[in-house]
Amino acid sequence: MNESIRMTIIYTFLIIFGLFMVVPFVWMISTSLMNQAEFNKHDSVFVPKEEYHVWKSPAGDHKILLVQVENKEAVIHTLDKDNRIVDEYKRVPASEVRKVKKVPSLHWDNFTRAFKKVPFATYFANTLLVSFISLIGVLITSMLAAFAFGRMEFKGKDALFYLFLSMMMVPEPIYLISSYILLDKISWLDTYQALIIPWCVNIFTIFLFRQHFRSLPKELFESASLDGCSTFGMLWRLIIPLSKSVIATASVFSLIGSWNSFMWPLVMTNRPELRVLQVGLSYFNQEASTQTTLLMAASAFSILPILIIFFFAQKQIIASYAKAGLKD
Amino acid sequence: MKTKWKISPYLYILPAFILLFAFRLIPITMSFIVSFFEWGLKGSGSFIGLANYQKILQDDIFWKSMLNTLWYVILVVPASVIVSLLFAVLLNQIKRLSGFFRTIYFLPYVTSLVAVSIVWKIIFNEQTGLANTFLNFIGIESQKWLSEPTGIFKIMFSSIGISIPEWMAGPSQALFAIVIMTVWKGLGYNTIIYLAGLQNIPKTYYEAAEVDGAGKLKQFFKLTVPLVSPTTFYVLVMTTIVSFQAFSQVYLMTDKGSPLNTTKLIVFYIYEKGFDTLEMGYASAVALILFVIILGLTIMQRRLEKHVNY
Repeated sequence: MNESIRMTIIYTFLIIFGLFMVVPFVWMISTSLMNQAEFNKHDSVFVPKEEYHVWKSPAGDHKILLVQVENKEAVIHTLDKDNRIVDEYKRVPASEVRKVKKVPSLHWDNFTRAFKKVPFATYFANTLLVSFISLIGVLITSMLAAFAFGRMEFKGKDALFYLFLSMMMVPEPIYLISSYILLDKISWLDTYQALIIPWCVNIFTIFLFRQHFRSLPKELFESASLDGCSTFGMLWRLIIPLSKSVIATASVFSLIGSWNSFMWPLVMTNRPELRVLQVGLSYFNQEASTQTTLLMAASAFSILPILIIFFFAQKQIIASYAKAGLKD
Repeated sequence: MKTKWKISPYLYILPAFILLFAFRLIPITMSFIVSFFEWGLKGSGSFIGLANYQKILQDDIFWKSMLNTLWYVILVVPASVIVSLLFAVLLNQIKRLSGFFRTIYFLPYVTSLVAVSIVWKIIFNEQTGLANTFLNFIGIESQKWLSEPTGIFKIMFSSIGISIPEWMAGPSQALFAIVIMTVWKGLGYNTIIYLAGLQNIPKTYYEAAEVDGAGKLKQFFKLTVPLVSPTTFYVLVMTTIVSFQAFSQVYLMTDKGSPLNTTKLIVFYIYEKGFDTLEMGYASAVALILFVIILGLTIMQRRLEKHVNY
């Protein structure tokens, strides 16, 4: 087969697949900017457009809602610029009423309306708080443990390490109910610590750091101990600057993981003030199930931070996932 | 120096250990114990031995959820593996725009399951959804998707005029819609893993095959597929384990596993029993059964891993 034909076929497939992957996002954004009534009519699928009537009165043009036309007379409601009815059941000559063909119009107010219904700013702040504190927790506990596992010799090291690894194999749904009972017993339900403290440890991250520490040259540690560095000081001053890429990888996993985590906060919190973004969004999904455009606006808002981070650091993020997947 | 090292390693592990002990080991153990109790919302109930497990055996909805979950896994896993291998092989052939496509494919993987579940629920809306718009565009009539309890095989065969018996009907179209969404969500990750696997195959193999006159298709089936089989195995097992744990899709896209419980997956059933009807002992017993399944898969993976490396 001719090379250029082959390439054309490959690119065609890649573009078709690419469309399948990206169209839901495009549609989410365009729907989030549509007028709900226009969306329900389902005339324009991707471009937010609007269709309305205008009364060309001698005094000027008015945006109106056409009720009916009878004997050359039109019954109309006049509207203000926010589409609120000003004057009801006005009768005007039908010849003065014109239909305005679809004009693109972006309803940014969907976002403000969604925000008015639900305190997404609070949810956003909660998510930020939970994500960042647990990230710091994960980095501290993981690096300390990984240092011992990767660079020290002690009794029971292997047994402890296997205990850790085997706990990693148990997925969250298995211990969700007993965790709820446990947190209830220590009165942690409906608190921030319930969302943060149990997630200040990540076995996979310990594993990542351990691999990294073992790959660092032995001489580094020996020279440091000759200089009289305490082991903790050594970890702090020598190892951290050499571990930037692993810290970045671990941070990406931790942040994306806690930003998107849903089942745990759904179960462990009940007070609206404590809701994280994903939980808030799921409540909004139940309350506003018919208000498609607002739902899309809220969904778009909730994934925006991750999208921004992803586009700025997509190469590193994708590489991190690839590396971590193969290490397992 | 020596004495100092004997104590300090444990101190380094201590913070992680305390957290894992309190929030993993204790709950995992408790989950086992609670499954032998009748346990309500407040406080422990009475010890009832294996009664929860006996009840499970006669629980139609449990078996329905289990069957749904099996169908779900059977549909999600092969589709994910095949399509992501295809993506990766195509991506591996091109130089220009490779990074661009990679980004696009990976996008769904990093976005939240909650948000994309809501988006796909709207996509599968019968009147205004994009799925039916697309079907109408290519000349197929609108489907009910998430509100359709009829089996997907039955629908497919009846569309070409063949009626098949009820036991061959397959999972509901509603569950099938959730499968489509889940495959879409995970494709990017699997593709990246496959790409890494493909890049480990030495170019000389393909050059040798070229010299021998093997066509591209033959190269794909005789060289690529066997040589990436360790990756395939990894993707297969990981996708299976993750698929058994699906929850958010059911919670957000359906009304408690509707229609007619055909989208009720096992983790959603655990959630429902634990937090809706507050039968926490019973829910723990179901969770333990799921644990045994996942443990079995993990052990199988460790055992077989040694045999699939070429």
